[in-house]
Amino acid sequence: MTAELPPGLALQKVDERIMTLNVGPQHPGSGHMRLIVQIDGDYIVACDPDPGYVHRGEEKMAEYRNYILNIPHLERPVIHDSCNVLYPYVLGVEELLGIEVTERAKYVRVIASELNRCIYTMYWLAIYGIFLGHSTMFMWPAGDRELLIDLMEKMTGARVTHAHFVPGGVRNDLPANFEDVCLRQVNYFEKRIREYADIFYDNPILISRTRDTGVLSRQDAIRLGTTGSVLRASGVDYDLRKKEPYDVYDELDFHTNVLKEGDSYARSKIPWLDMLESCNIIRQALQKMPKSGSVRVKLKPNPKGKIGSVYKRVESGRGSLGCYIVSDGKPEPYRLKMSVGSFRNLIALPYLLKGEKLGNMPSVYWSLNYWPVEADR
Amino acid sequence: MMSADKDKAAEEKPAAEKPATKEAETAPPAPKNTKSEPKETETAPPAPKDTKSEPKETETAKPAPKDTKSEPKETETAKPAPKDAKPEPKETKPVAKETKPAAKTDEPELPAFEKGISDKLVEKFGDKVAVKFVKKDRVGIAASRDNVHDVAEFVRDGLGYDHVESVSGVDYPQDKEIEVVYHIGSYTDPSLARQILVLSTRAQREESPIPGNDATKLPSLRDVFYSVEFHEREVFEMLGVYFEGHPDNRRLQRTLR
Amino acid sequence: MIKDLVTPENANVFVGKLGDVLERVVGKPLGYAINWGRIWSLWPVHIETACCSVEFGAASSPRYDVERFGIIEAFGSLRQCDLIVVQGTITRKMAPRLRLVYDQMPEPKYVIAMGACAITGGLYFDSYNVLPGIDGVIPVDVYVPGCPPRPETLIQGCILLQEKIKRMKARTIV
Repeated sequence: MTAELPPGLALQKVDERIMTLNVGPQHPGSGHMRLIVQIDGDYIVACDPDPGYVHRGEEKMAEYRNYILNIPHLERPVIHDSCNVLYPYVLGVEELLGIEVTERAKYVRVIASELNRCIYTMYWLAIYGIFLGHSTMFMWPAGDRELLIDLMEKMTGARVTHAHFVPGGVRNDLPANFEDVCLRQVNYFEKRIREYADIFYDNPILISRTRDTGVLSRQDAIRLGTTGSVLRASGVDYDLRKKEPYDVYDELDFHTNVLKEGDSYARSKIPWLDMLESCNIIRQALQKMPKSGSVRVKLKPNPKGKIGSVYKRVESGRGSLGCYIVSDGKPEPYRLKMSVGSFRNLIALPYLLKGEKLGNMPSVYWSLNYWPVEADR
Repeated sequence: MMSADKDKAAEEKPAAEKPATKEAETAPPAPKNTKSEPKETETAPPAPKDTKSEPKETETAKPAPKDTKSEPKETETAKPAPKDAKPEPKETKPVAKETKPAAKTDEPELPAFEKGISDKLVEKFGDKVAVKFVKKDRVGIAASRDNVHDVAEFVRDGLGYDHVESVSGVDYPQDKEIEVVYHIGSYTDPSLARQILVLSTRAQREESPIPGNDATKLPSLRDVFYSVEFHEREVFEMLGVYFEGHPDNRRLQRTLR
Repeated sequence: MIKDLVTPENANVFVGKLGDVLERVVGKPLGYAINWGRIWSLWPVHIETACCSVEFGAASSPRYDVERFGIIEAFGSLRQCDLIVVQGTITRKMAPRLRLVYDQMPEPKYVIAMGACAITGGLYFDSYNVLPGIDGVIPVDVYVPGCPPRPETLIQGCILLQEKIKRMKARTIV
């Protein structure tokens, strides 16, 4: 009888000690997903993540929209990181269509992408703060984030869903006087986020809650195929901006942040360090950017990709973000698959939570830099 | 901004309740969506004859002798990729157009390092693997169902790749096959940091699938690359490819309760 | 004078009329007072359904600060909540849960459909896993269009909801 039932409905043996706890989807600590946690007293024995609450079939829908129409809805998985989430798709389509982007467009893309990484990370930091019960850490990043959103609004016209990257460059040129405003805002922004060290990262309460919780060793980080801040917090120096430089990242001077500890604290610190590095990149890019020139190569209407497949990846706020496009020579992709950092990091969650106290669950879960909408696509 | 102009929330409710509960009943049997997925792919992209024949020629590994088949494909895909990944803008526009006839003839266009990887694989497995393409930073390998596990083991132990970035299922209704593509990368080997090995294999496709209980099966690579665990579950959910040997091959989304 | 009109036979009629008059006189201000209390303590459930939750978070950030209109950011227990802000796409998997959450909330409860997806399905109108709007699942009070709506729009939606609550009857028969 139990064998015929779908797995979720299967009868389970009730243990006297082990209690099964549903965390989510309506839970302040879960976001748009459910964690089925089995606890023994206060300790987590097993955790079974149940994603898919926001599975909207983006990949399937991409198969009946042409390459240009795909742009707005492929950025919806991570609307506050929408430039980065579009980046691999745009790079892939450019390869399929055989387009080369102008130098200025590449710099504009790098600036937009770095600004977006900061916007994403600030939102994540705000959520991380509030789920650790640190209200100030919600208010500060959520407020400072608006500075950069203003910049992006100036640049693209939209608050979060920019749809700014298109195959062939970016949609619009920078507005007049953007460089000065951007430089000023970014400098102020950097000054602000340096203050977070005092309130958050050097805070003894935070340190005691996140130090040595959910430790992921270097070996396991590699074996589980984690990516982004999770990987770099475990001592693996792997950043696609360095390792596989796309656009003009190879002309910019920056470093990747690597920490050895592999615990929640290190995982939460890496994105913050990355933001400081992003400010550095933006300043350099503003300096090196060609001051004039076109930012967009005109495409034929309804362009057809050449037959073949392409896999492009970029470093997003949540780690490596890949886009696999199979084209059969039509204006629409034959198959489009997004390999997203959130989903790749999800595999580490059951592994990290095992043996952890239930109270540490939010700190471990959110330190994975997980955005459920992206993971479900 | 519009506000629903019924002044009583209570008045709306009985009307809305019926469809709501109906929705709640129909929603949980989630197999519906997976079933509809392959069905849609069936109808949506029926490739024209020429496009169909081309991937078939090149991608189905076993019958064709390796060198004759890989040659044209390699050159064709290689031509724009290695060059215009980041050169100057003026250079590339002509390049993209000119190399089309040019690259077809000259073999040495292929990037050496990537060629070395594919050569090692061919050397080890002979005609059990087919090289689909060699372009800058990407090597495409096709293996049949029976060999894919061995190939993956060699890729890990012999070539130094250590994790899988993505597992994608691609539906080919006209071939009656489902292709599963593993994108394998490496963190530990610095020389492979920008390389992706694209290992693809094909499973039989069923007209009326019973996920888990039909012929759409492949050996799981979970014991080779631990990181495929959730990806393979996703492919099972989306396309119904059952991975034999996977310790936990459930649907990724669970049903209600 | 009135004394003469009241006789033991029709006293009950007068008492009934008096009750009507009292309800006319007291009921309206009392209902207004109750609604006034409800307006300034709208507590939304913490249920995030899709990407609009980003803008919902931004609405409670210092710049927009939706709290000054009596709507706190998100609250843990749905037994104490009286507002659902449906933040975006409702998938087939989420819909039963949304209904479950709605059913568990005490009366009175109000619903704001935030974003194009929650209203009609939005960008995902032809997706296989997305509902074409939440009207079929729960009754909606206020629609806030946008993809995603700006925080200002959400705040305007909340104010519209407050206007609507003012006009509502204080007591609804459950």
